[in-house]
Amino acid sequence: MTGPALHLAVETDGDGAHPAAWRRAAHSPAHLLTPRRVAQVAAIAENAGFTLITLDDGVLPPGAAPDPVGRIGAVERAAFAAASTSTIGIAPVIPVTYAEPFHVSSQLASLDHISAGRAGWVVTEEERPEAARAWGRPLIADAATRARESRDGVEVARALWDSWEDDAAIRSVATSRYLDRERLHYIDFTGETYAVKGPAIVPRPPQGQLVVLGRPDRVPAAQLDVALVEGRDLASVATAAAAAGTPRVFAEVDVALDTPQATAAERVADLERHAAWSDRGRLRHIGTADQLVALLEGLSRHVDGVRLHPLVLDEDLPVLSRLVLPALSGRRLVARPLPGTSLRSALGLGRPANRFAAASAAAQEDAR
Amino acid sequence: MTRTDPLDVPRPHAQLHFGVFFQGVNHWTIWSAPDSGSQIDPASFRRVAQTAERGLFDAFFLGEGLRLREVDGKIHDLDVAGRPDAITQLAALAAVTRRIGLVSTSNSTFNEPADLARRLSGLDLLSEGRAGWNVVTTDNAWTGANFRRGGYLDHADRYRRAEEFLTVARALWDGWEDGAVADSARAREWSVPGAVRRVHHRGPQFDVDLAPTLPRSAQGHPVIFQAGDSGEGRDFAARNADVVFSAHGNDFDDALAFADDIRRRLRAVGRPDDDLRILPGTEIILGATEEEAQEKKRWIRLQQVTPATALGIAGLLWGIDLSDRDADGPLPKEDPVVTANDGSFGARRIADPRAVVAEWRAKAEAHGWSLRETIIALGPQRGHVGTPSGLADKFAHFVRHGAIDGFNVTPYLIPDGLDDIVDLLVPELQERGIYRTEYTGTTLRENLGLREPLTHRSARNRRQAG
Repeated sequence: MTGPALHLAVETDGDGAHPAAWRRAAHSPAHLLTPRRVAQVAAIAENAGFTLITLDDGVLPPGAAPDPVGRIGAVERAAFAAASTSTIGIAPVIPVTYAEPFHVSSQLASLDHISAGRAGWVVTEEERPEAARAWGRPLIADAATRARESRDGVEVARALWDSWEDDAAIRSVATSRYLDRERLHYIDFTGETYAVKGPAIVPRPPQGQLVVLGRPDRVPAAQLDVALVEGRDLASVATAAAAAGTPRVFAEVDVALDTPQATAAERVADLERHAAWSDRGRLRHIGTADQLVALLEGLSRHVDGVRLHPLVLDEDLPVLSRLVLPALSGRRLVARPLPGTSLRSALGLGRPANRFAAASAAAQEDAR
Repeated sequence: MTRTDPLDVPRPHAQLHFGVFFQGVNHWTIWSAPDSGSQIDPASFRRVAQTAERGLFDAFFLGEGLRLREVDGKIHDLDVAGRPDAITQLAALAAVTRRIGLVSTSNSTFNEPADLARRLSGLDLLSEGRAGWNVVTTDNAWTGANFRRGGYLDHADRYRRAEEFLTVARALWDGWEDGAVADSARAREWSVPGAVRRVHHRGPQFDVDLAPTLPRSAQGHPVIFQAGDSGEGRDFAARNADVVFSAHGNDFDDALAFADDIRRRLRAVGRPDDDLRILPGTEIILGATEEEAQEKKRWIRLQQVTPATALGIAGLLWGIDLSDRDADGPLPKEDPVVTANDGSFGARRIADPRAVVAEWRAKAEAHGWSLRETIIALGPQRGHVGTPSGLADKFAHFVRHGAIDGFNVTPYLIPDGLDDIVDLLVPELQERGIYRTEYTGTTLRENLGLREPLTHRSARNRRQAG
């Protein structure tokens, strides 16, 4: 494939990756839960040239006092951001540990229609037992069972996206038929704990299949378009990337950058007085923009993209925008997504064939 | 032309409220006309919502159906189908509209309160107080086949679950005190200590324990809409709803009887009898003259009830496949077969098909109607047909006598079907003083002229309201 060596994604939930990020935010705490904030962050990321924003979520509060305990749902924020932007990819985080895969599939397909093919999905898990109490569903306690729920949920969502062939709404005046029911398909999914009949209530998404991102140790590689891999150093990231087995691999990177007002180390130290920046086993860059550019250049030899987790969005996004992306762009390491292209195209992923259309075509072949 | 003296009526200052119902699954939306647009392209939704906002409508409304409709086990293929998830679409519209309410139909049977209440709350915040929830229920296993919980509810449990759902949702929406979030990043804590309360609820339908994650919006709670017409549904509305979508908006006496019945039920539960808005669903067909409007209606009905659609509707009534008959010929000679309704075409529950067929036969014979003409003539007579000025007079009479508070209008064409109503009818209504000339508030609740959410009212407010 030709194209940029590296695609850049940025996680934009809350005020940043540090639980105390709100203390250094450039706005009042209450402003976090407003439409202006959602549109503003998406616009900054789009203008900076990122390929994708992700929006973290879950049924539980994002943190505990004294840190933020409020968050608008990621799908709603994503839809709002999609209508306020034109080019950037948008991927809400949606765990399917307890959620209804039928609803999740509809929501994501709708987001893809709303964004004209710019939608993705970051699959995560609801790990804490409190999530089961919030949903009012039996606890899914162990890692293997949670992985099963993710696998089944992704399988159902993907099958539903294919349950309408692209041209199922035929609008045939001659036959009075709006739909061609031969191009609609029951998915008849039966898992260990539930079944879903289908077809979807939303027509096939513009991309055919949304870009699905997740951890390859939690979701089967065959279900992912993009593996999100972690490692504390370049070598372990490279190993994880090589083992991922997915069409694309993104490395997870925590970043804190020097700003005109304070060094990255000072900013981290300031927030660490209040709370700890939990170590998730990711690469973590605390330093200058130039050093980050060098790190990303190194990563570009092992992965297709990077998802950045900025310490404080209001402080780090401007530096990323002013210094880091232009430098990467100058070295032709990243390219700005073009208006009118889908997220799949931006990532160099083809538009997938419809599993049911393929099957019905094959059946017709057999019948001949 | 006779006009009622505006001061010599029961409600001289009454105002008409409009909503627009962008339908996604029905045979009322004409898809075969050259100017019929996409049912899924976001531009169609934006166009209708922005036109409605130009016309100072209160609300933009989306429906929901959680399974594609089927007839005799086959997907129904004659009508428009395939629509976005309502809340997701409305969250996008929140970014491109400023004042119009955004109302989602969402099912209380196949959702959980923690999730749905949060989604609605998010929409309410993103729209700065313009969200509404049309609470619907399902009881059938046919729909349940798409969900983890599968199965179905006892018919009687539908409303019990819906009511308990609302109880939990309201507790979540009330979980944050006003001003719960610190006003400065220098504060010790992001949220004011003690200002966020957990919700523990244990009842027959729900057993949950969680911390609500969102503050109240500018309108307190999303506005609650309800559409059930049974006695049970009306009681549910009287206890819970802010707005009722009724099917009683065509005939003045019928509309007034319904409105009086709702007011009676409101008083019975201790609510002021003006505490709820009644917005019947309707179609509005305008012409420069009465004849032109009637001619347009004929064209619209023929587009809506195509021969295939007529045979489909008749097939549901007769309970047999009639797709090979001639819709423009006489009514089928067979007697209808009475079958159990499994919910697969939930929109049509016909209590006594034999009686309906007998009535159809008698009228068709008397008028010499074909099957299709019979269906057009005797199908649900939704809609007001006339000149802008004639309809404005009619609506003034309806609203000033307390028969309705407005209409939820279904355009028969997407996306331009609202244009005439906004450009021609709205000015006539404004001239008669029954329609606003600018938005009166910033929230849906304010524009509808509603009081605070039911759970917020202090004793003082209740006295004032009463």
